[in-house]
Amino acid sequence: MDQLLHDFSPGLFFMQAIILLILIVLMRKFAWKPILDSLQTREDGIQNALDAAEKAKLEMQNLQADNQKLLQEARAEREDMLKEAREMKNKMIEDAKSEAEGQANKMIAQAQAAIEGEKKAALAELKNQVAGISLEIAEKVMRTELSNKDKQLQLVETMLAEKSLN
Amino acid sequence: MYNLIGAGLIVIGGGIGLGQIGGKAMEGIARQPEAAGKIQTAMIIIGALLEGLAFGALILGK
Amino acid sequence: MVVVKKSINFIAVLVLALFSMFSYGDEIQHKPGNKVDTAEEINDYIAHHLKDSHDFHFYTHNESGTHYSFPLPVIVWTSNGLKTFMSSEFHHDDAGKVIVEKGDVKLVKLHSKIYELESGASTINFDEHHHATNAHKVLDFSITKSVFGMLLAGILMLLGFGALARGYKKGKMIPKGFSRVLEPLVIYVRDEIAKPNIGEKKYRKFMGFLLTVFFFIWILNLLGLTPLGFNVTGQIAVTACLAIFTVVIYMFSGSKDFWAHTLWMPGVPYILRPILAVIELVGFVVIKPFSLLIRLFANITAGHFVVMSLIALAITLKVSFGPVVSTGMSLVLSLFIMVIEILVAFLQAFIFTMLSSLFIGMAVEEHDDHH
Repeated sequence: MDQLLHDFSPGLFFMQAIILLILIVLMRKFAWKPILDSLQTREDGIQNALDAAEKAKLEMQNLQADNQKLLQEARAEREDMLKEAREMKNKMIEDAKSEAEGQANKMIAQAQAAIEGEKKAALAELKNQVAGISLEIAEKVMRTELSNKDKQLQLVETMLAEKSLN
Repeated sequence: MYNLIGAGLIVIGGGIGLGQIGGKAMEGIARQPEAAGKIQTAMIIIGALLEGLAFGALILGK
Repeated sequence: MVVVKKSINFIAVLVLALFSMFSYGDEIQHKPGNKVDTAEEINDYIAHHLKDSHDFHFYTHNESGTHYSFPLPVIVWTSNGLKTFMSSEFHHDDAGKVIVEKGDVKLVKLHSKIYELESGASTINFDEHHHATNAHKVLDFSITKSVFGMLLAGILMLLGFGALARGYKKGKMIPKGFSRVLEPLVIYVRDEIAKPNIGEKKYRKFMGFLLTVFFFIWILNLLGLTPLGFNVTGQIAVTACLAIFTVVIYMFSGSKDFWAHTLWMPGVPYILRPILAVIELVGFVVIKPFSLLIRLFANITAGHFVVMSLIALAITLKVSFGPVVSTGMSLVLSLFIMVIEILVAFLQAFIFTMLSSLFIGMAVEEHDDHH
């Protein structure tokens, strides 16, 4: 202890105090303040950038979700539209088909009716003609038959026989 | 002469203390390696306090 | 990259260690006048090195006794006012033989201290304990080797960190070159020492002191390991000054809670409170700074002492083991201790700053819980 006290130099102590004080003041002004400020700024900047990136990521996610939703909606809409169109098409085809069928049936019926009419008319005419022709034939036959007396009698005979059979 | 005996006693005491600190710190680190940094800092501080004590005694006795 | 860095570090450490060793060795072997050979001479030499000195001594040629050194200014406050002259006027005398007369005061240098002779005395007289009887010490504000070392450290710090600060000012956020090494150190002190001990909110105010002290001590410790032969942080006046700065800072920034807990501890019987207050006050004013200053002083002094003693092995063991073995032994041992000393240089700076911030943290802490 004595040795230490002997070695203690008040002058050196004083010089050290002055130098340290000046050094602290100078270093604070010229070094530590700008360095610490810059470090703080840089760290804040990094933090901000990280936060911003996080935010951007979140926004991106939101946007993506929105897009997805929109896309889904659009797809559903398209699906609906397609479905509607398909239904309409089917209906139209159905309608057209039924209409065409109706028309066809009507036409067929008309045609059948017409054919029936024609047939009847044709038959009637045929009957008339047949009757006419029969009459002519009968006339001719009569004429030939009646020119011969025997034959006339024979005929009457057969005819009468036939009649009696009936 | 007595100074030297005193110095020897101080060194023995300090040595035991430092051994305890170091040993316990090692045990702690072995048990929880993830806390190694904190344990080391605490160990150094306690070691420094002990060192201050021992040096103080040595200087006073010189 | 890491390997390269590591090997560069290792080589730097090695070179530094070897360099200092040879230089110490040289100093020991070339004591002015007569060679340093015996144990007593070596002890004297080491004791002389551990003290502050008034000139910057490099080397003395053995045969001719010529000194290679440069003088430093001596500034002393004598009974007759301030006197300044160069230390070369003492002609390397350290035994009080050369008397420098300035006006009507006679000054002598004895064991690295400057004494003023009493009026009428023409030579210095000693009692049986080799204490001067007719001379007294003067207040010595000289630019001694230690002061020179401090100025050097201060200039180095201003240059290095000033460059780092200017680098930021130019708008570049990433430092270049040597500043790249300094920046992580600043961040280390801030994040590992100041913030955890003082607290996120209040640490900023003390950063100037903590950073300055950390780098000041570290640089001076490292300067002490160089061949220049500084022993600044091994001067008790220097460490005392650093410790007193810490005390003043934490005493003046103590919060209301700190004073309440120190002087009138709540939750303790009233009779015990004054006793506790005395204990706490003594702890804060005397014991804590004392342990701070003694620790730094003793560590650095012990380090220098051990390194120089191990180097001296080359001389002391020459007779019993021969020059080769003794030199090799001292080389290996002192290299080993030198590497440890480089670690200690950092560790002591770290511990001083750490404990300072711990004490400051204790003082500024505000307790939320009232127990």
